[in-house]
Amino acid sequence: MNAPVVFEGIGASPKRKEDLRFLSGRGNYTDDINRPNQTYAVMLRSPHAHATIRGIDTAAAAAMPGVVAIFTGADMVVGSLPCGWLIHNKDGSPMNEPGHPPLAQGKVRHVGDIVAVVIAETRPQARDAAEAIAVDYDVLPAATSMAAALAPGAPLLHEGAPGNVCYDWHIGDLAVNQAAFAQAKHVVEFELVNNRLIPNAMEPRAAIGDYDRTTDQHTLYTTSQNPHVIRLLMGAFVLQIPEHKLRVVAPDVGGGFGSKIFHYAEEAVVTWAAARVNRPIKWTADRTESFMSDAHGRDHVTKAKLALAEDGKFLGLHVSTTANMGAYLSTFATSVPTYLHATLLAGVYTTPTVYAEVKAVFTNTVPVDAYRGAGRPEATFLLERLVDVAARQTGIDKLELRRRNFIPADAFPYQTPVALQYDSGDYQSTLAQALKTADWDGFEARRAEAAKRGKLRGIGISTYIEACGIAPSAVAGALGARAGLYEVGAIRVHPTGSVSVLTGTHSHGQGHETTLAQLVTDRFGIPLSQVDIVHGDTDKVPFGMGTYGSRSLAVGGSAMVKAMDKIVAKARRIAAHLMEASVDDVEFDRGTFRVAGTDKTKSWGEICLTAYVPHNYPIEEIEPGLDETAFYDPKNFTYPGGCHICEVEIDPDTGICSVINFTAVDDVGRVINPMIVEGQVQGGVAQGIGQALLEACAYDASGQLLSGSFMDYCMPRAGDVGTLSVATHETLCTHNPLGVKGCGEVGAIGSPPAVINAVVDALRDYGVTHVEMPATPAKLWHIINSGRRAAAE
Amino acid sequence: MYDFEYHKPTSVADAVKILSADSDARPISGGQTLLPALKHRLNKPTSVVDLSGIAELKGIKRDGNKIVIGAMTRHADVANSPEVKAAIPMLAMLASGIGDPAVRNRGTIGGSVSNNDPAADYPSAVVALNATIVTSGRRIAADDFFQGMFTTALEPGELLVAVEFPIPEKAGYAKMRNPASRYVMAGAFVAKTGGEVRVAINGAAACVFRQKDMEAALSANWSPAAVAAVKQPADDMNSDIHGSAEYRAHLVTVMAKRAVAAAG
Repeated sequence: MNAPVVFEGIGASPKRKEDLRFLSGRGNYTDDINRPNQTYAVMLRSPHAHATIRGIDTAAAAAMPGVVAIFTGADMVVGSLPCGWLIHNKDGSPMNEPGHPPLAQGKVRHVGDIVAVVIAETRPQARDAAEAIAVDYDVLPAATSMAAALAPGAPLLHEGAPGNVCYDWHIGDLAVNQAAFAQAKHVVEFELVNNRLIPNAMEPRAAIGDYDRTTDQHTLYTTSQNPHVIRLLMGAFVLQIPEHKLRVVAPDVGGGFGSKIFHYAEEAVVTWAAARVNRPIKWTADRTESFMSDAHGRDHVTKAKLALAEDGKFLGLHVSTTANMGAYLSTFATSVPTYLHATLLAGVYTTPTVYAEVKAVFTNTVPVDAYRGAGRPEATFLLERLVDVAARQTGIDKLELRRRNFIPADAFPYQTPVALQYDSGDYQSTLAQALKTADWDGFEARRAEAAKRGKLRGIGISTYIEACGIAPSAVAGALGARAGLYEVGAIRVHPTGSVSVLTGTHSHGQGHETTLAQLVTDRFGIPLSQVDIVHGDTDKVPFGMGTYGSRSLAVGGSAMVKAMDKIVAKARRIAAHLMEASVDDVEFDRGTFRVAGTDKTKSWGEICLTAYVPHNYPIEEIEPGLDETAFYDPKNFTYPGGCHICEVEIDPDTGICSVINFTAVDDVGRVINPMIVEGQVQGGVAQGIGQALLEACAYDASGQLLSGSFMDYCMPRAGDVGTLSVATHETLCTHNPLGVKGCGEVGAIGSPPAVINAVVDALRDYGVTHVEMPATPAKLWHIINSGRRAAAE
Repeated sequence: MYDFEYHKPTSVADAVKILSADSDARPISGGQTLLPALKHRLNKPTSVVDLSGIAELKGIKRDGNKIVIGAMTRHADVANSPEVKAAIPMLAMLASGIGDPAVRNRGTIGGSVSNNDPAADYPSAVVALNATIVTSGRRIAADDFFQGMFTTALEPGELLVAVEFPIPEKAGYAKMRNPASRYVMAGAFVAKTGGEVRVAINGAAACVFRQKDMEAALSANWSPAAVAAVKQPADDMNSDIHGSAEYRAHLVTVMAKRAVAAAG
């Protein structure tokens, strides 16, 4: 086999292998799949935020044309949709963990809660019948906001959660923390909201249940980021189907951003019902259902205090957060405001003591769970706003204040006061590079020029860190995780030398089919076209934990490296046999086996063929074949970080805030495919700008979702993002074999505070210290208008 | 979508016949409002009468000092029409900014004007330019046509056939888009035609309306500064999660000022 003419290994930017099918409409999404004799399900959803169900009359609906079956909670008595992370209260007691039945059991707790499923020959027939179901609701008062849920006498969502509290958790040493505040020269206090977001993947969720009664085999096709996790959760906890009788397929998935990690009710409903009706059942959400049933993100209210010495050194941070869980515990909801949020509150700073307490609250809203960044954006927004507020209060320049408190580049590994140990980073360098790219020093001239045009120009910065590839399993387990956090990679070398990689991660837009293949190309020296990535099918891939938390390369890629190590070790033994040399003398470098110091070589293709045609082969010592599997459990998180700078202009007449320039310099560790990294960061930044300026999930007091469509929920468009400059500055991860850190979430984590810091800077003459997200035109106009009034009075 | 009968008449007379016979029948032109409503099952007509086969409803022509636009003329056609661009360039500009390319290539002026969505663009131009609505049975002055939110002077079974726009001396339009939907949050169309000044405000209230104080100010002094001094009372302005009545009232003045500047 010839070596590739064009280098396609680590550091190259070949075009994405998957894009031909995506861009030509040939992707294979769940809704594209049709099974013989398939029926269609429509979920009847609650129009009320909180109600008891006095009765459900399905008789008229059942008699309608095409109806195959109708099931309610009375029919489907199964296990609860599980929560994957047990959090303990301050007093050591376990959190309140009320059940989440797939179909409502006598009570509905949010608009969109599923009351019944109608299965019919066609989707319109199922919809007609769903409208004919008469549900007798006794509507109860709703608690939509956390304040309402925590108020005395608030409506109680769950018998098992008094006061609507899920848990009241903390981390850090309070006494040490209080002592730090006693020493402080300055104490900066601050309150903020991290706004609730609706993820809105381009592809709505869908699920097909299929059952073969001759083999008792269940198959679920679903829009999931982690099919093995769904198989485990649904099989073991909800439906009691053993793994060997349950196949979960997650084919092409059109975006997830976390919202497709979780095990959703509809997956269990179609799997369970398919066996009951003995026919395949397809359910596909329409966009309205997506708004009211996909897990939402963020939704924190936080009070923070920062203690500073006279020279601006941070002495201590105290954070009190309430976090909205929504009506039920979604799969990983409980871990987001705790271990994915509070553990990041040291940020990139040497703050010696951090104490954080988090109260998680049930409300009559859609469940909240991980959404791109998950906890880390909330921590970053809080910290990076707080540092700006502290700079203003102390009179220390905001860059200088950051520099004085950065963890120095020579201090790694660095143990934070909130459990994490950072392995590498270089915050002064990412800052310096971003300042230069953004022409920070030229800003005041640009501001003056904008003022001549009647515009308010502002610049904002965020120096952030995040944690990816959550691990190790044993530590997470000790903290309450109910899953392993390793990944699986199987390298199947075929007789002619091409390779299929079976990975437990899942690509739903990230470009794994290209990036992961580049690892193989780089190691084995075979062209990218000779490597295929297989994912998303529990019958093909041995096992896996899926894709979330920017883990695919750092954890999944590392598993592949381990498996490739095994392949190379075995291949060297075969080569040694063929070349009559000692294994220790056989070197392998990108496609060529060589006896060290000689011109004796064997090619990759020769060794692969020999492994499968073992005529001249050390058959007594090693088995034929080249097919190895590895499980990789990371030693630590990875810690991407960097610097984001945003420059905005506000039109004071309308309040419209335009992003003019956005600069991102991110340390994502070793970059495998720079083009894909750039795209990942661009997408993340666009979502961060969306959170900062546009996206507002709004409920009214009765629990109706006011932002229930794109008419009212504002997603970022290309024109909202401004000119985006993305660069990387590498420091390598020290504990995984690739040195990679992850790039999927950095954009969404680092950007919101940069945007809001820029907005606040633009409004510096209006007496503003903070603007809550999203900074909509109406909100900014009111601030400017009242600022004008204040100036006039 | 619920089931309905589908008709595709080839003349206005035939369409009117079907619509007059059944009060639950609905005409459909570009479908940019009705189709989403049908898909969401928010509307349950017995029949849908497709107007796309009626040749007499299409086209743009100049008729003396008027531009006459057939009801089934799509926004993109108005935006790109040499006649409209030459005679009332601001009307072409307005059409070029409605919705997005898909909407502009399906949506029609007749559909938009008949629907009278408070956040639509065309009604402000119709009122400010003092256009005449030509229907299957009569001619209606712009001031009499728009009666309230989604309500017009059209009688059941009456079809909008064309809109006649007098050619103004000056015309300008400016709008603030709702950040999410991109519909109009507040817009102002200003025009001077035959010496008469008209200012029509869309998006901000339940229905397009004339801002008479601004008309008086501009009649005395046609300049952005003249309208900038006129404050719109917030009393009847819309208020929702995107903006308060006070904000919209403020935007009315800002947009009027910009519209006058655009008119030159």
